[in-house]
Amino acid sequence: MNTEEARAAVVDALARIAPEADLDEVDAGGDLRSEIDLDSMDFLGLVEALAESTGVDIPEDDYREVRSLDGLVAYLVRRAA
Amino acid sequence: MADYLMPSLGADMDEGTLIEWLVGPGDPVHRGQVVAVVDTSKSAIEVEVFQDGVVGELLVPVGTTVPVGTPLATILEGAAPLPGSAPEVTDESESPAEPEPEVTLPTEAVAMPTGAPPPPPARVSPVVRHHAHELGVDLATVRGSGPDGQPTRHDVDAAARAAQRLRVSPYARRRARELGLDPAIAAPGRPGGVVRAAEIEAAAAAKEKAERPAAAPPPATPAEAMRAAIGQLMARSKREIPHYYLQTSIDLGPAMRWLAEHNTGRPPSERIIPAALLLKAAALAVREVPDLNGFYLDSGFQRSEQIHLGVAVALRGGGLIAPAIHDADTLALVDLMAALKDLVSRARAGRLRGSEMSDPTLTVTNLGEQGAELVHGVIYPPQVALVGFGRVVERPCAVDGAVLVRPVTVATLAADHRVTDGRLGSRYLAALEARLTHPEAL
Repeated sequence: MNTEEARAAVVDALARIAPEADLDEVDAGGDLRSEIDLDSMDFLGLVEALAESTGVDIPEDDYREVRSLDGLVAYLVRRAA
Repeated sequence: MADYLMPSLGADMDEGTLIEWLVGPGDPVHRGQVVAVVDTSKSAIEVEVFQDGVVGELLVPVGTTVPVGTPLATILEGAAPLPGSAPEVTDESESPAEPEPEVTLPTEAVAMPTGAPPPPPARVSPVVRHHAHELGVDLATVRGSGPDGQPTRHDVDAAARAAQRLRVSPYARRRARELGLDPAIAAPGRPGGVVRAAEIEAAAAAKEKAERPAAAPPPATPAEAMRAAIGQLMARSKREIPHYYLQTSIDLGPAMRWLAEHNTGRPPSERIIPAALLLKAAALAVREVPDLNGFYLDSGFQRSEQIHLGVAVALRGGGLIAPAIHDADTLALVDLMAALKDLVSRARAGRLRGSEMSDPTLTVTNLGEQGAELVHGVIYPPQVALVGFGRVVERPCAVDGAVLVRPVTVATLAADHRVTDGRLGSRYLAALEARLTHPEAL
């Protein structure tokens, strides 16, 4: 999976969880939870959707690495490789 | 045959718009089945029937807004559809204009048993007869309490008072209660006639206008309608419920450790979030202090045997809705997590059930990861308490004489002084803390 594919998977998942969020406006290095107002249920939903679409299962211990849009995309690329 | 009525989906609902029928005439229905979708100021709600039977006639067409209590359909008793009884949906012009039947609610003053007509008075003293004539009371309707059922002067007075008593339709009476109005103000100087809901509404509006001359304009967008509904309900809560507030800091170290262990190695779909743990603890703790679980009605506090935990769900785009997880105390943690997931997604998609909206017995608000550290909740009438959890933060804690950094939440209780006081409320928070200290038992 390359960066574009990973980003597309994230955009797709977030479109269902936070349909009103404009990801182009989001600070890609900032915490997604505050950037687009995700609560822990939303974040779990995001992790669940990505496990399904990319096959990458993000354990809770790694949540720290995937808090930002950039961090999440990079993590998916690395783990899917 | 029974009428299926527009249900009240929470204390803040006055009317609803029928947006979808899921059954048609002749369809068998069973108790608890979702038969229609109703739009309220807060959300689209799937509404259930509360009896078994067969749908007779749909009385309200899709797109119509009607007050709570309006018959939406007729339900025929029996399991099989009756042959040839499948009338079409009535035209909008035929929809019932005046839903509520004229019923005089019995009050304590009326001692006459229903059904049996009073025996004709054997003998009536001339004095009593004259008195009855003066008051315009028909002696045939007076039940005598004297010897041989003979009416006394007192019986005539009672009958006269009963006749003077305001007749109020049941729905109007309920609206009056909800609006905090005396039905009599809707019909000053008019004994005898029936007071209807529309008059109650008008009187309430007039009273409101008189009290607040600069009333806000009627809401336009769904978001504004929802804000207005929340505002109205919370204003009622603050007006009627004497709140008291308690708080306690709870060390979530054991709970968070237990959760992390549980979630390790599990796929995302099987993980449990802290909110589910907090809800389960809140439900179990109220078993120990049942006076926080139930409804405050006209007759006083009515304790609920079941624990239907209202969960405050923030909606994207603003607003808040607090549907119930039924029997939350009896659900295993994984089942409660599944129920919570389902509830949140349906709340946000606008697919909640009528029973979820109408019967929470205690509500929990959890500010979550992005929230503030503490919430002093506003109780949802007619409930009598609200439990709040602030964001979990790392704080120095004194544990066994040493200072340790621990994940801590501030749990709060807002409760109704008409039912409990700080002593009982404190007991609840202590029970909550004890439950959260032993997460393996949740």
